[in-house]
Amino acid sequence: MNFETIVFYVFAALTVFAALRVITARNPVHAALFLVLAFCSMAGIWMLLEAEFLAISLVLVYVGAVMVLFLFVVMMLEINLAQVREGFWRWLPFGAVLAGLMVFEMVWVLDSSRTSGGPIKHAADYSNTKELGRLIYTDYVYPFEIAAVILLVAMVAAIALTSRRRKDAKSQVIPEQVAVKKADRLRLVKMSSDNHAQQKLDSTAEVAQ
Amino acid sequence: MMELLQILQQAGQNLFGSAWLPIWTLVKIMAIILPILGAVAYLTLAERKVIGYMQIRIGPNRVGPFGLLQPIADGMKLFFKEIIVPTGSSKFLFVLAPIMALAPALAAWAVVPFNDKMALADLNAGLLYLLAMTSLGVYGIIIAGWASNSKYAFLGAVRSAAQIVSYEIAMGFALVCVLMASQSMNLGDIVHGQHGRFGMLNWYLLPLFPMFLVYLISGVAETNRAPFDMAEGESEIVAGFHVEYSGMTFALFFLAEYANMILIAFLTSIMFLGGWLSPVPFLPDSFVWLLGKVSFILLLFLWFRATFPRYRYDQLMRLGWKVFIPITIIWVVVVAAWMQTPYWMW
Repeated sequence: MNFETIVFYVFAALTVFAALRVITARNPVHAALFLVLAFCSMAGIWMLLEAEFLAISLVLVYVGAVMVLFLFVVMMLEINLAQVREGFWRWLPFGAVLAGLMVFEMVWVLDSSRTSGGPIKHAADYSNTKELGRLIYTDYVYPFEIAAVILLVAMVAAIALTSRRRKDAKSQVIPEQVAVKKADRLRLVKMSSDNHAQQKLDSTAEVAQ
Repeated sequence: MMELLQILQQAGQNLFGSAWLPIWTLVKIMAIILPILGAVAYLTLAERKVIGYMQIRIGPNRVGPFGLLQPIADGMKLFFKEIIVPTGSSKFLFVLAPIMALAPALAAWAVVPFNDKMALADLNAGLLYLLAMTSLGVYGIIIAGWASNSKYAFLGAVRSAAQIVSYEIAMGFALVCVLMASQSMNLGDIVHGQHGRFGMLNWYLLPLFPMFLVYLISGVAETNRAPFDMAEGESEIVAGFHVEYSGMTFALFFLAEYANMILIAFLTSIMFLGGWLSPVPFLPDSFVWLLGKVSFILLLFLWFRATFPRYRYDQLMRLGWKVFIPITIIWVVVVAAWMQTPYWMW
């Protein structure tokens, strides 16, 4: 057993453990954090496959952005655990069949002749990123652009569906605030300080008298 | 110097055999981390001194000559303070949070090159790795805010999460410009791309000047420093995400913030100010230049804090989403078009 195999099994065990805890953890925030752990160890496995671009972008996009927003929402919600767990036994057979199907598919794919054997080892100066970029912008440019447009449409649709402005909500008008000049808010008055002080003294003297 | 290193390598090889490689790597890691921690300690003193002088005060001057032992006294105080875990908090996460804040801040140093040959890992995807590591730092803050079981801490964490996610996009696009100009994601190659006959005119500072500003300001926002310290905001939410932390757990957050500042200063110097390259052609390139540039950027960080009032939250979000992101996207297109013309000289 060489070093790479040991690292693989460590990451694989970590991924399976974290993934199990995602669905068994009682606290939704803990579950989300276990999902983060699963992503990180998955990135480790991809790194072993020499897919450094995918590994790092998994951490960058999913762990660094998506899961942060996910946690953001989960932390703010008051989740009723009893309600979430309701119907667990009723849906278990369906879930088990689905899980079995996925395991079968994976074994089938991994066993087929196309994927047998490990990945081809490359020299140290081989850049996975460059290769991926070349493929995306030449051979797969249309699928790539279409996928991007579909994502954009989904984003616009989500915003259009949820963005309802309340009529009685108060908010600042930012362009007006930005357009404000110093002269609009501040008036400088010229006055000689000596005179002012003298007047003040005089008035107090009058009061004293 | 090189010969001495070679003799050391040879001796280690003979003594430890195949275990020598990990040991030697550990030695190198230590050689990077210990100076960083020292720099962090003295950056806190520099901050108090510099802001003191800017506000016509003296700053700390009691402990040691010119207050030079102040950081050590502060460290001792924090070390001996009790760590109080609040009731109703999630204990494991409460302790994990400061570690999660500091670990990425130190891990990012693995790919930072210090001169032509000195870098712990000469990664091809160094820039991506850095982006990933800096984006992980937010977990320390979020977990701290949630695990503390306190409103103020939670508000600080939520503010910080939104802020970091927003500014990361602008930061990423600024880096896209850098990697277009240098055609590489290796930090060493990025510095080499800025080498030329005209000294500082060859730096990416010139063609990517808007990106330099965006990167620097987003860097201030990413490290939660004033004027973007909404996550702490002591006038609104006491101390934000670390309000419940004391002793060493608090000290770790403090270390993480300053280590991140130094990291951003190094990265800005490497990507826009030519790293270790000399600003004038007739002087040799050296690590000293890099230190000088980093010190200048760090001074800017302290200067910002002494000068600007804290941003209002909606204005902070507006700056990130409506000003920086459009500017960076436009500049990506400008650079791409510029590089196709003969007027691109970098």
